[in-house]
Amino acid sequence: MNRIASRRCASTTRRGSAAVALATLATLATLCAACGSDGPETASGSSPPSSAVAGSLTVSAAASLKVPFAKIADAFKAANPGVTDVEINFDASSALAEQIANGAPADVFASADTKNMDKLSSAGLLAGSATVFARNELTIVVKKGNPKRVASLGDLANVGVVSLCGTEVPCGRYADQVLGTASVTIPPDHITRGQNVKATLAAVAEGDAEAGIVYVTDVTDAVDAVAIPESANVVATYPAGVIGASANQETAGAFVRFLTGREGQKIMKDAGFLPPA
Amino acid sequence: MRPTRLHPTVAVVAGLVACFFALPLIGLVVRAQWSTIWSDLGRPQALEALKLSLVTSVAATGASVVLGLPLAWTLARVPFPGRSFVRGLVLLPLVLPPVVAGVALLAAFSRRGIVGEALYDWLGIQLTFTTAGAVLAETFVALPFFVITVEAALRNMDTRYESAAATLGAGRWYTFRRVTVPLVRSSIVAGAVLSWARALGEFGATITFAGNISGRTQTLPLAVYLLLENDPDIAIALSLVLVTVSMVVLVALRDRWLERA
Repeated sequence: MNRIASRRCASTTRRGSAAVALATLATLATLCAACGSDGPETASGSSPPSSAVAGSLTVSAAASLKVPFAKIADAFKAANPGVTDVEINFDASSALAEQIANGAPADVFASADTKNMDKLSSAGLLAGSATVFARNELTIVVKKGNPKRVASLGDLANVGVVSLCGTEVPCGRYADQVLGTASVTIPPDHITRGQNVKATLAAVAEGDAEAGIVYVTDVTDAVDAVAIPESANVVATYPAGVIGASANQETAGAFVRFLTGREGQKIMKDAGFLPPA
Repeated sequence: MRPTRLHPTVAVVAGLVACFFALPLIGLVVRAQWSTIWSDLGRPQALEALKLSLVTSVAATGASVVLGLPLAWTLARVPFPGRSFVRGLVLLPLVLPPVVAGVALLAAFSRRGIVGEALYDWLGIQLTFTTAGAVLAETFVALPFFVITVEAALRNMDTRYESAAATLGAGRWYTFRRVTVPLVRSSIVAGAVLSWARALGEFGATITFAGNISGRTQTLPLAVYLLLENDPDIAIALSLVLVTVSMVVLVALRDRWLERA
């Protein structure tokens, strides 16, 4: 930096050089400060992670876990007073896995499928192995009142615009699987792909999509659900794991154990999820 | 104008800021898979997105120019009550987060929207999930750029030429065509180009209003967003195309859009 500065101002006065030096130092200081802050560990200072369940936690969770995880975060904090904050980042599991692989600071990853968890574990990014804490199934959602009289998967082929999750988002892959099993082909120019399951649902609830395929747990009052027969349906498996780069592995591990514990399982069950096994 | 001597502190700060903008582009170039770039861009999803983006952005620019000219003229020349409010309305999409613009468009033009409902019930027209819907969303965000550029030019131009034309017997439409437009021509071009660039890059309003249908509404930015998880190499190749095209256009414009009419 200093070399560039002196090349640019070869003809400056001494006062000019001092100003340049100051400006450069100020910029470098700002850059270093920005580099220094990179995640939850700064909240607890630079001391080594304590062995108690404490500090703050960053959880990257699949969008379908929005409702239960908000409650689980509160319950976890209540059960562990040392934990100051549980920050949850909800998005498509595929997007989250990509973020973590690119170094996003997360302590726990809760995915809607094993594929994205395996992506991280085969890249050596997980601490230990992941634990399955819930399962889920898919359902068709339609506009309130089911105006197009959708009764089965086959009806989706000619109902109009159908909202599915993106092809790499777990619910999108599951939906494609379900449609494949039932041998239903929706014309590609009638399929709108959502970034995550909540956006996919919103296209039916708020937008003009006639129908969509989301998880049974995502059904809200704004839409009606049409069941998918068990023979065609897919069971989604939700694993959770501690990220190896986490600076708070004790607390992260405790959170994952909380998910499979009595209280966590009750919250998941109340939200409509199936037990892990 | 005599070239100003560059103050060293200003040079350093300007240099660092330029680096800040250059670094992401350099990163993109470094990250790209150059060995497979042509085959990546030749994949059907990439080609469809490129073609669709070209069609929708040009259509949105055309709409912005045709609809924006009369509006810019009225805002610049006709002092009517509430003019500031109308100008604020027209420029609102400039500051509105694109997804919010998409939600607003849904409220107006979806099948349950205030206008969309009538359109669907009486004329059977649905704008959501169509290419026309994508063009509508892009026009909504791009038109303000055209209006703001051309209105400024119309305000700042010397209206004496128009008066002279009138004294020589020219009608109003003739004067507009042969006197006004040539005088603000560079601003019209600059405004059109800015609108085009904005329309090309639109994401939030498009995905919310027109959805994400491959071949129909999946424009380049939407394709890049989805491909980033599946096939990052194609996403980066497409990003490079967008960046190159934008750079070529902006450099070709040079200082034109800063010039007075």
